[in-house]
Amino acid sequence: MRTPARLRERVGGVILVVLPLVFLGYFFAYPLGAILSKSLLQAGRVDLTPFADVFRRGTLRNAIWFTVWQATASMLLTLVVALPTAYVFARYRFPGKNLLRAAITVPFVLPTVVVGTAFLALLGPTGLIDLSGTVWLILIAHVFFNYAIVVRTVGGFWANLDPRLEEAARMLGAGRWRTFRTVTLPLLRPALAAAGSIVFLFTFTSFGVILILGGLRFATIEVEIWRQTISYLQLPIASALAVIQLVGVTSILFAYSRYQQRRMIELPLRPAQEVSRTPRTLRDRAIVGITLGFTGLFLGTPLAVLIERSLRTDAGFGLAAYRSLATPTSALFVPPVEAIRNSILFAFAATVIAVTVGMAAAAIVAYRTGLLSRAFDVLLMLPLGTSAVTIGFGFLVALGRPVDLRTSPVLIPIAHALVAIPFVVRTAVPVMRSVKEKLREAAAMLGAPPSRVWRRIDLPMVFRAGLVGAGFAFAISLGEFGATSFIARPATPTLPIAIFRLLGRPGTLDQALALATVLMVLTALSILLIERFRFGELGDF
Amino acid sequence: MRRTPEVRRLGGLVIALTLIVAACSPTGSAPKETSTTTSETTAQPGETTTQPTTTTTQPVEIVLLTHDAFAVSDNVLADFTSQTGINVKLLRSDDAGTMLNQTILTKDNPIADVMFGIDNTFLSRALSEGIFDPYESPGLATVPKALQLDPEHYVTPIDFGDVCINYDKAAFTGDVPVPTSLLDLTDPAYRDMLVVEDPATSSPGLAFLLATIAEFGEEGDYTWKDFWADLAANGVKVDSGWTEAYYSDFSAASDGIRPLVVSYASSPPAEVIFSETPLTSAPTGVITDGCFRQIEFAGILAGTEHPDAARKLIDFMLSKEFQEDIPLNMFVFPANSQAELPPEFIEFTTLPEHPESLDPALIEQNRERWIEEWTEILRK
Repeated sequence: MRTPARLRERVGGVILVVLPLVFLGYFFAYPLGAILSKSLLQAGRVDLTPFADVFRRGTLRNAIWFTVWQATASMLLTLVVALPTAYVFARYRFPGKNLLRAAITVPFVLPTVVVGTAFLALLGPTGLIDLSGTVWLILIAHVFFNYAIVVRTVGGFWANLDPRLEEAARMLGAGRWRTFRTVTLPLLRPALAAAGSIVFLFTFTSFGVILILGGLRFATIEVEIWRQTISYLQLPIASALAVIQLVGVTSILFAYSRYQQRRMIELPLRPAQEVSRTPRTLRDRAIVGITLGFTGLFLGTPLAVLIERSLRTDAGFGLAAYRSLATPTSALFVPPVEAIRNSILFAFAATVIAVTVGMAAAAIVAYRTGLLSRAFDVLLMLPLGTSAVTIGFGFLVALGRPVDLRTSPVLIPIAHALVAIPFVVRTAVPVMRSVKEKLREAAAMLGAPPSRVWRRIDLPMVFRAGLVGAGFAFAISLGEFGATSFIARPATPTLPIAIFRLLGRPGTLDQALALATVLMVLTALSILLIERFRFGELGDF
Repeated sequence: MRRTPEVRRLGGLVIALTLIVAACSPTGSAPKETSTTTSETTAQPGETTTQPTTTTTQPVEIVLLTHDAFAVSDNVLADFTSQTGINVKLLRSDDAGTMLNQTILTKDNPIADVMFGIDNTFLSRALSEGIFDPYESPGLATVPKALQLDPEHYVTPIDFGDVCINYDKAAFTGDVPVPTSLLDLTDPAYRDMLVVEDPATSSPGLAFLLATIAEFGEEGDYTWKDFWADLAANGVKVDSGWTEAYYSDFSAASDGIRPLVVSYASSPPAEVIFSETPLTSAPTGVITDGCFRQIEFAGILAGTEHPDAARKLIDFMLSKEFQEDIPLNMFVFPANSQAELPPEFIEFTTLPEHPESLDPALIEQNRERWIEEWTEILRK
């Protein structure tokens, strides 16, 4: 918009830029820099010997290699396994679709301690088959956690893809498989790249899954950072690993961002409602039935195991574990129900922060072009690629002055917001970009001043994108465990912390599982609300 | 009730912070609100230069940093406050290792006044980093000498717990007797029966490794490495943490098939206390050979502005009231030998007469090497 801006708009523009920069600068870049420089600077000079140590030691070299290897494998496996579901969600209408889409997203925001326990019950020594100690257990858990990313990202894009291209190919005599391979797949490539890079990012920094399910043989960089920091207090080595991890994550993100830039092509998009159809033929029904059946079984079983166990008592099924949540337990210092309340309060605070900062950041990424906007886009994703223990310890080193925030309860929602902001941004940017320039021009031609154009055309769409982002931020905050556990915090346990505590002593397994089920239901509800506000199928998640 | 102001302040602070970072204040009153809210919530004892440290009208507040496993009855801390006028604010950290490293990183500007929960496996690191001020509490007279590992009293022992192998009583009703020594575990009769925790990722796992090192030593005909190689050959299973071992593999607490698990001497009474149906005997038992004693200490953080209040808190933590509250809250044993144990602790468990121990300095020097050597043996 090159119209002469009035002062108010210019101030608004400045706020858009300053708000995310100051927030991410003070609560992410500064603590990260502080802990890294404390560990890697010797008398004001960068000491490179920790890096040499990392590459000299076999266990650490192996960790780096395993990190890359398993992230690649997890990404490919997730794409392949989840693609049929993405297709069914994109092209078919069926009852309960929104509910199912919400259900698929629940695993993504559940804490790994909870899911890990369920997986051990299913695929451990007493499960269906014993996969414990194998890399397969890790890969399956990664597919489980990241399924929603592929279904949402690829499925969302697919839903708007004009089917006439495929129909034309079919008319010209191409078989179904050939059409998929030569027409559909190339068209889907940007969405596949987006989903793939995000799955890669999450599995590249995998911690809890590896720790619980990996056994002795497998450790990622993230696990080694934790071990070097907590067990051995080798901060220089941990920091060198953290830098290596950051470099890896940044290169993935930059490569993806460049790829997207180059592949930006105008695709003939159609509204999802016109593209999707009700399954009528037997073949259609079979495709939808089998795919959804598999999805339900794969994602539902571990969750069902949790619920079933939470209801199990000595005398058959019952609600005893849930009733006991109201009585104080010494494991938490407070009745477990208080953890529910704490979590909800923190989630509200985190949502306010994440949406405020994230929407401003999204506006910069969406409305500006060039290298700076792209670099900013990458910076926004980095908190997801930084180890939780590094961030937690960075807070301690950096946030003592001028105002001592190190032990303030406000750090919890701030840490949650750091994790949630990338989701808010990734949800909002595509929506903001999709606002048709022609609509704006038309409005301007008809005499609307820029502020009114924004208010009447952009705002309604952006507002809904914000609500979707808020839903994600809320759900993510509810389930966040890693960063929370590395912050020195007042006696206000969140749900995942409380579950972890209850799992950590004999006799309180029932309560832990009941609380995990409560967390699961709360998460599902907040994700379900997202579906109400979703604008078409746009948004990366 | 106690929490309401905290929550309100939290809300205020969120708004205030959002305003700070936004660097824009739409209303004139916002900056004022900001300054008052932040100073209220974040003024730590280490920073209270503008506030009076001790007055008769305003009670002193001291901050107790603990790990996440810390627990105490509400009324006990309230009693301390009414006796002394000192408020105790709890600050929680993940586990002993995380907490200690956080404290080392902040030793120029400590985040708390007293730290509780550092154990003998990390003690040497804490002492060499100089994070504590020495204090010899009169309460130490009630604490057995064996628990007082630091002769200079930088730290005070508060409780202890023994990491021991637990067994499922139901599994040993047949011909196979309950094993009575560590060496028994290498007997083919106990093949595939034991599950342990990875010492790199689990505190009881490390304690058990240390027990075997103390028992078999590093030199001689049969070292700790030989023992572990034999255990591996006899089908020992390694889990990442206590939760996975106890709730996925231990036959007494899960659908698992292994009747022997590395856990605590206090696990059997916990099984009784938390049982839904009243029990007259514990379903699990403790093998008292090869136990490792974990002693937990409290210390006054160097740089505290409330040394007197901090000392009073240490004294209180050794008092009978606090000590008798420990077992049912944290499932460990009180350091004060005069403290009376709850009946479940007397009836359903046995304490090892000769728990294994190792010099904390030796542990600190060798922890990383031992864990790596152990991993090499078990990975094969």
